[in-house]
Amino acid sequence: MSNNTPPKTRSVIPIGPFHPLQEEPELFRLHVEGETVVDVDVEIGWNHRGIEKLAEDRTWDQVTFLIERICGICSTSHPIAYVQAVEDCCGGVDVPERALYIRTVIAELERLHSHLLWTGLAGHFLGYNTIFMWGWKYREPVLDICEELTGNRNHYAMIKPGGVRRDLDPSLFPSVHKRLDELKKQVELLIGAVTDDPVLHARLKGIGVLTKEDAIDYCALGPVSRASGVPADVRRNHPYAAYDRVDWDVITAEKGDVYDKTIVRLLECLESIKIIHQCLDNMPEGEIDAKIEEVPPGEGIGHGEAPRGETIHYVRSDGTNSPIRHKVRAPTYMNLPTCKATVIGESITDATIILAAIDPCYCCTERTAAIDAGSKKTIMTGKDLIRLSQEKTLRLRKELGL
Amino acid sequence: MNGEQVLEQLNASLGEKIKDAFIKNPRRVYIEIDPADVVEVTRAVHKDLGARFCTASGVDMVADFEILYHFAFEHEPPNGVLATVRIHLDHESPAVDSITPGVPAAAWIEREMHELLGIEFRDHPDMRPLLLAEDWPEDVRPLRHGKPWEGKVNRQI
Repeated sequence: MSNNTPPKTRSVIPIGPFHPLQEEPELFRLHVEGETVVDVDVEIGWNHRGIEKLAEDRTWDQVTFLIERICGICSTSHPIAYVQAVEDCCGGVDVPERALYIRTVIAELERLHSHLLWTGLAGHFLGYNTIFMWGWKYREPVLDICEELTGNRNHYAMIKPGGVRRDLDPSLFPSVHKRLDELKKQVELLIGAVTDDPVLHARLKGIGVLTKEDAIDYCALGPVSRASGVPADVRRNHPYAAYDRVDWDVITAEKGDVYDKTIVRLLECLESIKIIHQCLDNMPEGEIDAKIEEVPPGEGIGHGEAPRGETIHYVRSDGTNSPIRHKVRAPTYMNLPTCKATVIGESITDATIILAAIDPCYCCTERTAAIDAGSKKTIMTGKDLIRLSQEKTLRLRKELGL
Repeated sequence: MNGEQVLEQLNASLGEKIKDAFIKNPRRVYIEIDPADVVEVTRAVHKDLGARFCTASGVDMVADFEILYHFAFEHEPPNGVLATVRIHLDHESPAVDSITPGVPAAAWIEREMHELLGIEFRDHPDMRPLLLAEDWPEDVRPLRHGKPWEGKVNRQI
């Protein structure tokens, strides 16, 4: 090393807090030395809307609509967890079978479009805009199905304590089956595109590793934990809705790197398609609402598997028509801190995809700007970070002679 | 595994530290403990019994504060059980030891309860505000009941 080499200074690169791509605004401060990330600090609270407080001013039925607005993507996972908490508070409600099946269908459609959305964005970060275009193109038919079945692409307003608000029209099922069969082929194509591509292997394998021990310590959830070999899945561990009445597998992987997280999500899409087919085929006839009259004093806990992991709701009732406490914990709340275990020690070119791999938000990179590092002032924007990431893919492609 | 088996495990591990226990249904168990034992109990439930820490709910009951630590026992799918450890805290000056050293996943939720309910967590490694602004007034705790806070918070932020 020549004497002219400047000493390594530690720079702080903030990513965030706001960007239209994000589901939740958050700010990552990456401490870097040269190109290596040496520390990471997460700041959340940029979009704290006080929903738990608002819920105390709403009636039990109104809260269902309020919490649907927590997240546009998980707009049915939260209501499912909430109504299960209310049903638990009522001392166990016999929710009609048909309602359980309908809940399962909507929840799995949601998982499908959420995972496809993530796949597309992950492709974009890596400079694979074909995957981005495919992923989002294949997501559209899923949203169309949602709209036909429920009336809305998101925010379906289907769930209510004791059952569901609207019945599904059986005359639509054949067309849904047909489109899901199409989608299955397309997801298989996507899986092939990922597993057969040596550049993606070089780019995703062995980076951002979350070990099994760390996954257990951080109490990671959903695909993040399952990619590390921890089979945490509420659908299997605490069966709700109709998940114990259909045949499906919990997808797990062992290594916990970004590649495994990608594969777990893609394979889960196939499981979701399997579950929806079975639910539509075996949907029992009958009532869709248990018609809960009132919520007695007491407390209840409900949880469900959102696309990103377990979402858990706790409600406390004093016998009036609104909760006195409603606690909500979304999966990213537990998954986000795992970035301490996955990003540190990695190169800054990989930071965007590692942070994106937990599916929290898509790194808000447009708004990124570097702040000064002691005497040296570096400026790096979000575009630069994505460019760095995409350049690495190009370089690898050349090296591999592709 | 059902509620009774989980309670058996808890009894075997915690013994007399359990002041009260209640099996609500086969999938929901509640135990109540003394706040002084919270660090030991949560560490044992998480590390020794291998339960996953879900989250904690702080509740302002006006007469006192309650904290409920929710744990998931998932060793034998599909028979998962949610076990909740409850403590009561004095309403005047609510304070309890932080469980974060033994259960690292609790770091954020304790920060959140601190700012939204005003509960002190002793020996927490990082007590910076999590959700609210850094200049949020000390005496405004949004999730407490019956505290008017108009005029105290600058809405122009």
